[in-house]
Amino acid sequence: MTTATWVTGLAVAAPTGLTVEEYWAATLAGRSAIGPVTRFDASSYPARLAGEITGFAAEEHLPSRLLPQTDRMTQLALAGSDWAFANAGVDPAQLPEFDIGVITASHSGGFEFGQNELRALWSKGGRYVSAYQSFAWFYAVNSGQISIRHGLRGPSSVVVSDQAGGLDAVAQARRQIRKGTPMVISGAVDASLCPWGWVAQLTSGRLSTRDDPGRAYLPFDDDAAGHVPGEGGALLVLESAEHARTRGAGRVYGEIAGYAATTDPRRGSGREPTLRNAIEGALADAGVEPADIGAVFADAAAVPELDRVEAEAIAKVFGPSAVPVTAPKTMTGRLYSGAAPLDLAAAFLALRDGVIPPTINIRPSRRYDLDLVTGAPRAAPLRCVLVVARGHGGLNSAMVVRAVDRPAPPNR
Amino acid sequence: MSGGHVRRPVITGVGVTAPGGVGVKEFWKLLTDGRTATRRISFFDPSPFRSQVAAEADLDAELSGLTPQETRRMDRAAQFAVVTAREAVADSGLDFAGLPPHRTGVTVGSAVGATMGLDQEYRTVSDGGRLELVDHTYAVPHLYNYMVPSSFATEVAWAVGAEGPATVVSTGCTSGLDAIGYAADLIREGSADVVVAGATDAPISPITLACFDAIKATTPRNDDPEHASRPFDATRNGFVLGEGAAMFVLEDLDGARARGATIYAEVAGFATRSNAFHMTGLRPDGREMAEAIRVALDAARLAPEDIDYINAHGSGTKQNDRHETAAFKRSLGEHAYRTPVSSIKSMIGHSLGAIGSIEVAASILAMTHDVVPPTANLHHPDPECDLDYVPLTAREQRVDAVLSVGSGFGGFQSAIVLADPERSGA
Repeated sequence: MTTATWVTGLAVAAPTGLTVEEYWAATLAGRSAIGPVTRFDASSYPARLAGEITGFAAEEHLPSRLLPQTDRMTQLALAGSDWAFANAGVDPAQLPEFDIGVITASHSGGFEFGQNELRALWSKGGRYVSAYQSFAWFYAVNSGQISIRHGLRGPSSVVVSDQAGGLDAVAQARRQIRKGTPMVISGAVDASLCPWGWVAQLTSGRLSTRDDPGRAYLPFDDDAAGHVPGEGGALLVLESAEHARTRGAGRVYGEIAGYAATTDPRRGSGREPTLRNAIEGALADAGVEPADIGAVFADAAAVPELDRVEAEAIAKVFGPSAVPVTAPKTMTGRLYSGAAPLDLAAAFLALRDGVIPPTINIRPSRRYDLDLVTGAPRAAPLRCVLVVARGHGGLNSAMVVRAVDRPAPPNR
Repeated sequence: MSGGHVRRPVITGVGVTAPGGVGVKEFWKLLTDGRTATRRISFFDPSPFRSQVAAEADLDAELSGLTPQETRRMDRAAQFAVVTAREAVADSGLDFAGLPPHRTGVTVGSAVGATMGLDQEYRTVSDGGRLELVDHTYAVPHLYNYMVPSSFATEVAWAVGAEGPATVVSTGCTSGLDAIGYAADLIREGSADVVVAGATDAPISPITLACFDAIKATTPRNDDPEHASRPFDATRNGFVLGEGAAMFVLEDLDGARARGATIYAEVAGFATRSNAFHMTGLRPDGREMAEAIRVALDAARLAPEDIDYINAHGSGTKQNDRHETAAFKRSLGEHAYRTPVSSIKSMIGHSLGAIGSIEVAASILAMTHDVVPPTANLHHPDPECDLDYVPLTAREQRVDAVLSVGSGFGGFQSAIVLADPERSGA
């Protein structure tokens, strides 16, 4: 019997909140953080809305020498790693040095940092490129910096699977725990809200070009026309059940119970998309039946063709409108690799509180056989929740999280 | 332990695109001849840069079988990955069309993704750096795929017809080892029956030169490009940038045996640890790499004495070569002094995320041919690097088990143990 992997700490860096409870309160209240881009002048671009994090002052969290060495997404991730360990009640320095790993997903690395150095290179010359460029922009930076900040010498890694990567990172963290590392901090934090990042994202053809924040990101709606990008994500402290019990972990949000990933064939190949296989694989890995799943946190691309594929996969696995489906990312925008870890955090909070957060702004299309939770949160006794995440090129990942019954921790 | 079947990942197909020759045969000939493929950079005028040498691969996209549309939409690193994956698939003799697609996975390592594409496109949309608000109307339609290098994994998946798990592993200069470790886990845990895995990078671009110049990581030996990469030599003064890819077909040992496949090696052990020290710096004691080596050997159920050859990271920076020499001694004890150690970066440069996989290719070819490739340009041994680095000339000897290591920015230290399942008794 392999050891169960529990989540014992959470940290959130979301446009709707920089603490777990602030984010959760906003999510249940249906409060959106989507608004006009303020980070740069987006007026000349066809897309002009984003979910920006406000109120994060990196200098309040990090030593000043780190500020010129780090992209915004790394600053958010470093602060988030502090919050995650604090939330878990863990002082990493108290564990043996090889007992904690860090496994993050990345989407585009420190893209804004890279932008500034590319500009220095092409406008002034190579000698003006920062000595920090070699490690500030690349995809591995958040894992490396978190490892250094907390002295984590266990197995570490970084995966890039576009917007599915957040789940792949957590699954890789679970692998390491199963192989004997007691604790791994995992998840992802992304930010590429800069002109260069914006232009690159525009070429995906999937950004909403609407200016009304209430009508811009409408997954599973007949009026769906792309998504709004956001920044942020979540970090999770994963721990073997045995280790969590032994140290008397104060919080257990639940278990990473099942996971699977698939890749769609190239468009035009005539073969079927494979999301359904990923969902079924995750359920099988968790050892649960479709009826055991109390809610689905959807990928919610808001691109009609992609919405159709996801709706059909969910309806085929669970039956038509047979499981509540939600997309709280309608409040934050899509956070790229950070989106799925944030959905995992929301799924664990949903398990804790027995409530499914809503999808905002949408009128569910009648084309899809989905029971979408809209308008207000819905109370539900939850045991298992499914989180779906998809990336460009047809990457599909699905993860099942499950509540953990445990006796109250001993009094100390 | 349960009495269930233990799945053992083995390599049954290999492809290499490296400087000095495209394809496995030319690659192995270059290494065993001890020739170098380092030269003055030809892709652009390198004269504004401190380091002006690199090892460039001569990839002809059309000759390599890429269609015009594939060539247009893929960054050079993706082209390497796809061409090389096709070579590995052909070499495996496995009928991919007959495999269940959802049981075939793809894992691609890359440190810097589509750096060349991003550098060129930034130059255009910023009009040579003039526009802070870069102009989206000049962006190529594939820019998003350059931004997010998981496009490398999906391109390979499409090329080989894989519909199982696909991802890019991006852990700096250990990516090429870590990707194979990741793929081996997919086989072992049963998430896939076959994985096309390896790594690619194409970093020879102005922004890469500038960023390594800024920290003096690359060699300034511009007057002698052919002898610029000098791992373990007392005169070494930085690494030489390279590019390329190596891809493999991994499958379960029993399945490979049942179909009568050529088995190059078992991925018998893998581990990675972090030094939690510095994003680019190394402590000289090599503790974390030594720990990775110990754990990888344990996983392989091999003792230090079972290792016949160490394929070193050997980047040719002052700190790296000392660091890993210490790690070998710390983990292998006296056996470190008796085991041949070599760095093929002396011949084909350091292709960042790709090199770990290219070094695995060299390692399994050493097992296949019972030949240890040399460390070129090693004329003046550094007294602090006092192991047997196989200077200048390849060496014939029996090779049943190989240790290959990598060390990367971000503090990642990885070790992989490759063993012949027929001969080493693993």
